[in-house]
Amino acid sequence: MFDWKWEFTWEILPRLVYATGNTLIAAGAGYVIAVVFGLMLALAQRTPSRALTFTVREFVEFIRSTPLILQIFFVFYVGPQFGVRLSPWMSGMIAIGLHYACYLSEVYRGGIESVPKGQWEAAIALNMTTAQKYRRVIIPQAIPPALAGMGNYLVGIFKDTPMLSVIGVAELIHTANAIGSENYRFLEPYTMVGIIFLAISLPAAGLIRLFEGYVRRKLGL
Amino acid sequence: MLDKTGFPLEMTGEDTPMVSFRKVNKSYGALTVLDDLDLDVAAGEMVSIIGPSGSGKTTVLRMLMTLERINGGVIYVDGKPLTHMPKGGHLVPANERHLRSRRADIGMCFQHFNLFPHMTALENCMEGPVQVLGLSKAEARDRSEELLEMVGMISKKDQHPSRLSGGQQQRVAIARALAMRPKVMLFDEVTSALDPEVIGEVTNVIRKLVSEHNLTMLMVTHQMGFARDISDRVCFFYGGRIEEQGPPAELFGNPQRERTQQFLSAVREAV
Repeated sequence: MFDWKWEFTWEILPRLVYATGNTLIAAGAGYVIAVVFGLMLALAQRTPSRALTFTVREFVEFIRSTPLILQIFFVFYVGPQFGVRLSPWMSGMIAIGLHYACYLSEVYRGGIESVPKGQWEAAIALNMTTAQKYRRVIIPQAIPPALAGMGNYLVGIFKDTPMLSVIGVAELIHTANAIGSENYRFLEPYTMVGIIFLAISLPAAGLIRLFEGYVRRKLGL
Repeated sequence: MLDKTGFPLEMTGEDTPMVSFRKVNKSYGALTVLDDLDLDVAAGEMVSIIGPSGSGKTTVLRMLMTLERINGGVIYVDGKPLTHMPKGGHLVPANERHLRSRRADIGMCFQHFNLFPHMTALENCMEGPVQVLGLSKAEARDRSEELLEMVGMISKKDQHPSRLSGGQQQRVAIARALAMRPKVMLFDEVTSALDPEVIGEVTNVIRKLVSEHNLTMLMVTHQMGFARDISDRVCFFYGGRIEEQGPPAELFGNPQRERTQQFLSAVREAV
């Protein structure tokens, strides 16, 4: 019953390694979108404009309350009806990036709110502009407490990339499926995918903790 | 020229005060913190504000630093309205741009120092001059090092605040505020968070400022002896207004109002 074939495993490994590259690119690009757009969402909720704050907050709540897979389908299949025709890769990056941007915006918000009120007041006393307050005083102090959360979502986005297989992005699961149905063998490809995910996720968590300590030291906190 | 509500658009003349509160009101909901406050501070004058907690003394400084908005009245700095701006011959509440242009005259030190923890002592002092005033790094460094020298912190200039004692942090905070070259300096209970043995190092810096610089200063303090020593005038706040004010020798030596007498004797008993 347990007939693991090493020969087959070695044979499919190159394809899986290649797909790992795609998975990492998807996770990385999605994360970059999430990090940048998430910060914009967080800052938009702190503007004096109530309409903007309300709209952004509702948008974040909407995205967080609906499944990622639905958002992927929406961008890819419904987008063209509105004239937005994107490749599977583009659709996937945008959907996953937006999805995680909403989660990250909450992490940033927590980080920004953790900066003591006195820091804002000191920035006012130095007559800083709003942009200077954020760039020079608030964000450098909001990042370290946000790093743990940001790291969790980096691992999260990595583990969610298989969702992109549903629109045909050739990441790990998609490739393992293809290998499985070509050879009528699923044990080796799926097991290998599991090991690859584990081999990347586990050290990543440790590295993120090290990075957090490094940033804190660097900022003298 | 007067605004329709009777406030001058600008104060001119030789004896224009550096700071002028005109009928300033501040309340939080139903709680009145400042009640029609009138207070003038002359250029170069050192005014101490004392009074029981909740009497509005810290609020005076916070509104002058524009950390909070006032509900009524006008505050002038160097003759020009701070909280308001002229528009069509009237004073209207100031926008952020006006506040930024007028706030440059004012510097403030806080009870809890509020140094930027991610910057060294020197970087804290250089931050405003470089970012806000647009000085070159070299100029800002010279200016900051000179001030750190003055407050006796030059040897610790490369330390982050977390490595400094409270007294040291407060001295850096004073240097940081002075690096902006304000005309008015505000000290908000700057020794209240300090251990007793380091209070002296901060008060000595303030003494030095008083004797060597022609700054206008407002200081909220609980240290009656210090206020008595260095102030030109002491204001006793009670219930959001000035209950009594005068030269320190008179206010401390011969208080006229009953509330002042009660407060001062309560403070003396506590020591």
